This record gives sequence, C-alpha cells and structure tokens, in this order.
Amino acid sequence: MQASRTAGIPFILKKAFLSACVALVLFSLMIGIRTEAGPDGQLTWWTRFGDLASIVGLVFGGSIIIELLRQWLGPIGAEKLVPAPVQRGLSLAGRFLGPALLVFTLLVPVIFYNQRYILDLAILVLTYVMLGWGLNVVVGLAGLLDLGYVAFYAVGAYSYALLATNFGWSFWVCLPLAGMLAAIWGVMLGFPVLRLRGDYLAIVTLAFGEIIRLVILNWQSLTGGPNGVSGIPRPTLFGIPLDNSDDGLAAKLGIDYSPTHRIVFLFYLILALALLTNWVTIRLRRLPIGRAWEALREDEVACRALGINTTTTKLTAFATGAMFGGFAGAFFATRQGFISPESFTFQESALVLAIVVLGGMGSQLGVALAALTMIGGFELFRGLETYRMLVFGMAMVLIMIWRPRGIIGHRAPTVYLTKAQAISSDLVKEGHG
Amino acid sequence: MSGEPILSVDGLTMRFGGIVAVHDLSFAAERKQITALIGPNGAGKTTVFNCITGFYKPTGGTIRLTQDDGRQTALERLNDFRIAKQAKVARTFQNIRLFPGMTALENLMVAQHNTLMLASGFTVLGLIGVPTYRDAEKRAIALATDWLKRINLLDRADDAAGNLAYGDQRRLEIARAMCTEPALLCLDEPAAGLNARESAALSELLQSIRGELGTSILLIEHDMSVVMEISDHIVVMDHGVKIAQGTPREVRDDPKVIAAYLGTDEEEAAAVMESGS
Repeated sequence: MQASRTAGIPFILKKAFLSACVALVLFSLMIGIRTEAGPDGQLTWWTRFGDLASIVGLVFGGSIIIELLRQWLGPIGAEKLVPAPVQRGLSLAGRFLGPALLVFTLLVPVIFYNQRYILDLAILVLTYVMLGWGLNVVVGLAGLLDLGYVAFYAVGAYSYALLATNFGWSFWVCLPLAGMLAAIWGVMLGFPVLRLRGDYLAIVTLAFGEIIRLVILNWQSLTGGPNGVSGIPRPTLFGIPLDNSDDGLAAKLGIDYSPTHRIVFLFYLILALALLTNWVTIRLRRLPIGRAWEALREDEVACRALGINTTTTKLTAFATGAMFGGFAGAFFATRQGFISPESFTFQESALVLAIVVLGGMGSQLGVALAALTMIGGFELFRGLETYRMLVFGMAMVLIMIWRPRGIIGHRAPTVYLTKAQAISSDLVKEGHG
Repeated sequence: MSGEPILSVDGLTMRFGGIVAVHDLSFAAERKQITALIGPNGAGKTTVFNCITGFYKPTGGTIRLTQDDGRQTALERLNDFRIAKQAKVARTFQNIRLFPGMTALENLMVAQHNTLMLASGFTVLGLIGVPTYRDAEKRAIALATDWLKRINLLDRADDAAGNLAYGDQRRLEIARAMCTEPALLCLDEPAAGLNARESAALSELLQSIRGELGTSILLIEHDMSVVMEISDHIVVMDHGVKIAQGTPREVRDDPKVIAAYLGTDEEEAAAVMESGS
C-alpha cells in the first residue's frame, strides 16, 4: 500500500501538471487578457497575468488534492462516503419518505397559510411533479425519449383556455376534454415516430414540440398569436366561485373572504391531479399494458416475438403521457388566467425531462424528489444572484456523478412470489426509442 | 386433418440484395415431433427462422402452419407479432433476449400479455380492479410458477433475469416462449454455450415439452449430441439449400452432410467414412 502510494507521486505530479497546462491554455485568453471598448469605441486591452497565475496554481494544487483523495478513499462511491449504519438508517427512512412527504404536502397550506410565496412555489413544484410523472410514463417506463413533451402541456392549456373563453364551459367539463385532446395529439405524434429510435426519435419529438408552439404563435385568429389568451376563468368548487361576491364560497360559509382561499384551493386541485397521475401510473405498471411498456424498454424485438403489438403499446404510452400533460396544461391555464406561447418553449420540455432523468427513470418517488430539487432548489439559490446558475449546474453534475441513474435508480418489480427485491439499475435498460 | 404436418415450407427463397441467403427451400415439420434444422455456419438457418417467425418477409415461397383443428395460416403474409399472437408460433433467440431488468416471474408474465390484456378489458377493467382480471392474473402467475418449477428456477423467481446464470437464462427464455402457449416452438441454438450437464437437462426439458404438452418443436442447433439425441427428423442446409433430410441415423451417414461439415467434396468424405468404419 505504502509502495503504491509513493510510486504514485510522479504520476500525480504529471497529472496535475497536465491539468495546469490545459488551464493555462484555456484561461490565458479568458482571464489573462482583458479587452474592453475604449471611450472612442476603439479596442483597449490589458493583461492580468497575476490572476492567470493564481488560477493555474489553483488548478495544479486542486488536481493534486483530488488525486490524493482518490488514492486514500479509492473510487468515490456512496458505500465509502456513508458508513454502513447510516446507510441502513437511510434505507429505513427511504421506506417512510414517500408517505411522510405526502402527509407534509397535505399540510403545506396549513403550515404556510400566511406565506403566499411558499404556497405559490409549492403549486409550481406540484405542477412539475405532475408533468414529471406524466413524462415518466413515456420516458421512464416505455423508454421512448420525448423532447417535445411541452407540446401536450400547451395543447391542454389552450384547449381549456379556448373552450372556456369561447363557450363559457366550466373547468370541470374542460379538464377531461383537455386531457383527451392532448392524448389525441399524443397519438398523432406517435404515428410518424413509430419506426424511429434513439436520436432520431428525440429530434422528431423536439420538432413536434416546436411545431405546436409555432402553430399557436401564428394562428392569430384562433389563439391570439403572441398576445396569448387572457381572461381565462378561474376554477370553481363545483360551480361555487372562490371570490368575494355574494354567492362566493366565503359568503356561503359565512367567513371573511381572503384571496388565499383560492390559492389553497388551487394547491389542493393540483395535488389531487398529481396524485391521480401517480395512482393511475402505479396501477398501470401492474397491468399487462404497463408490463408491456417496460418490456418494450428492455427489448422491443423480444416483445414482438411474444406477440405484443408494439405499435399500440407505443401509442398508448404516448397517449397516456400526453393526457397527463394535458391535465397539467389545463390547470396551468386556470391558475395563470393568461397564457401565451412564451410559456411553452423547449426549455420547459428540457426541464421536465431533466426532472425525470434526475429522479431515476421509472421511479415515482424519485421524480417527485427531483421536481422538488430542481424547482425548489432553483428558488433556494435565489440569494446567490449571479452565481445561481453556476451553483445549480454544479449541484446537477455532483448528483449525476454520485447517482448516474438518478436519485432513485433501482426498479421495483411489479409482481412477486415471495419477496419484492429492488432490481439494480445496472440491469435495467434505458430504452432506445 | 391432424395427419398434416404442422409447418410446411414450400419453395422458400430469401434474397438480401444480390445475396441469396435461402434458395427454394422446402421441408415440413411434423406435429408433436422435434424437427432440427442443422448446417454449417452461414448456411441460412437463422434466415429461415426469421422468415417463419415473420422477422423477415420472404422474397418467395409459402410457409403454411396448420393448427390442431385444421385451421391454416399463411405465415409469409403476417408480420412478426401477429405470427406469435394468431398463429401461435413462439421463438427464442440465438443471443438470449430476455428482459434483463425484469424479474424471472415478470418475464413470464409479459409472455402472457395477450391473454391478460383481454382479461383486463384492454386495461379499462383492470384499472378499476374487476375481480375477473384478478382471477386471470392469479392464473397467469400459477402458469408462470409452474414453468419456473419445470425449469428448476422457482427459488430465483423474484431475481432479475439479467442476474441469472447463462444456462438459467437459456431455460428461462424457453419457458417464456412456452408461456405464450404456442402450437410450434422455434428454438435458435438453445444449447449454445451450455456445458454437458446443462445440455443434458435441456434435452430432457425439450423432450418433456414435446412428450407431455404435445408442442411441436423446430430447432436450430450445432450441438450434435443434443440434435442426435432428441430430434425425430433432421433437415440439413448448406449455402441456402437443403442438402439432406431424414432421421438422425440417416443424416449422420449421409456423405453430403459430412462433406458440408468438413468442407471437403463428397468423394473425399465418402472415403473418410469408409476408412473410419
């Protein structure tokens, strides 16, 4: 052991030197030379070799420290960093984490009743939890990489907005319609991409997301184009509005009106929708269709050899995922009261996909935790201002190093004879379109 | 009608561009018998399999499957999953294609997809949890358990298929194919990579499938000890054409077969045989 460590010293120095060289080349222009526009618009520049030297020195020293740590600790893994009793405790806590989170979520409006900011943030997080769970059906279970999920969110939002503003239909009538319309679009997307796999599937779904957004943007007569749709009716509690009118909920219950009532109502509405998504997904996994989705992710050829119609299996996955996206979209429209194409950019798709991948593809709890981390964490770092993105990006990288297959990477079997054993993520395929 | 062969291949031709992989091949697989398709590497055996199971569309010829009740299906017109679903032809693969991230039991449950799908009312009834679906699922689990017992993997039922030993995976793939309750079971090199003991167990399993369940088997195999022991009928292919067929004994003594395997011409092979006997 001692011998190998001493033998490693030239190696460590060499590695640190190489890192320092790379840093020198990279930063010599980025930090070493500072350019700016002079008072007459001409280029002025000056050198900052002192800063450059300190950065290169930092890289050199840092490289040595990392290499030494690696030699002492071996490959960095959860087993080494977290002692065994703590791990056992964690796995025990993990079993109660889901129910505990649910109870906490139910109590959020009670605990934070007077903190509007937290309530709004909680609604936002739950919206993304629901979107994540919806996309999880397509990406996590069926293994079909979908980069255009926001399209279904948009279809749901515009379906509700247009039906409600043009025909005056209530939220509860429009909600299933929005889901259905989104599901139809899911099938429409599904058909042309049936034969595509992997990268090609990703590109076409990405294009689909953009097509929907561009159609909404340019079909001025129907969607109002870039002006969006405004004056979208707020949801009612089965016909009872939540405002300070005489037949509002507050008046009927004989309590003082507060705008927080509506926020709390919206909170429980999205919570119910998200839990519905979760419940349906959990049940579907245990039905033949859910098993076929997972089998499709594992091996499509074997599926066909077993007589599974892969076409309908893929289409139902797209339709189911899209339907939940549509529900979330309808909720988004009623919460905002105003929607425009700007809310449905590719960035949203990427964010939802990141939530699914970070959470651990296929894991319901993982997706919920990832949504909390991504959306909540993003807000948490608000105090860091300029460095927010940097810190956030670094946190993402660290999580991916520590847990390459997501926060909850293992897979729970859908049926068992004696004991349900978690299946290690190394065995579970990611799907390839 | 049951006197008719379960599978009759007639004039099967498969071209890939300019290459003729299978040329005008005709053979029949008898009901409740084990028919083996053998031949040197590149003879076109797997191509024939892929044509029968619908993974390739043959360039020419017919493949007719006759069910026990006399119903006939033209396999060359169906695509892969319909062949498995309607014509009840199940297959395994040369390189094992299990669902590695699913448990052994789940693998066998996926195989019963079509039965369960019907019982779950295409998901709708299953979602509300009607008792008929729960019964159907119980029956499916019972069938899967039965197969796990047969292949001696009952204690590994809840382990991921990818974690099983190679020989166990081979047997599990056969059990999975059998869970679709096929009329014809097509096995692509089931003994590849197995040791002598595992090969013997495999022979026993295949004979019990044929004997107890009466499922017809068509197999491709290189392991001659397995082929000679269990086959009722052997078809030998070389360079895409049939060069011999008959009982194991007939095929073993056929100079054309020996020539194909040794890569020599017929006279030389005959000479080798004579000097040997």
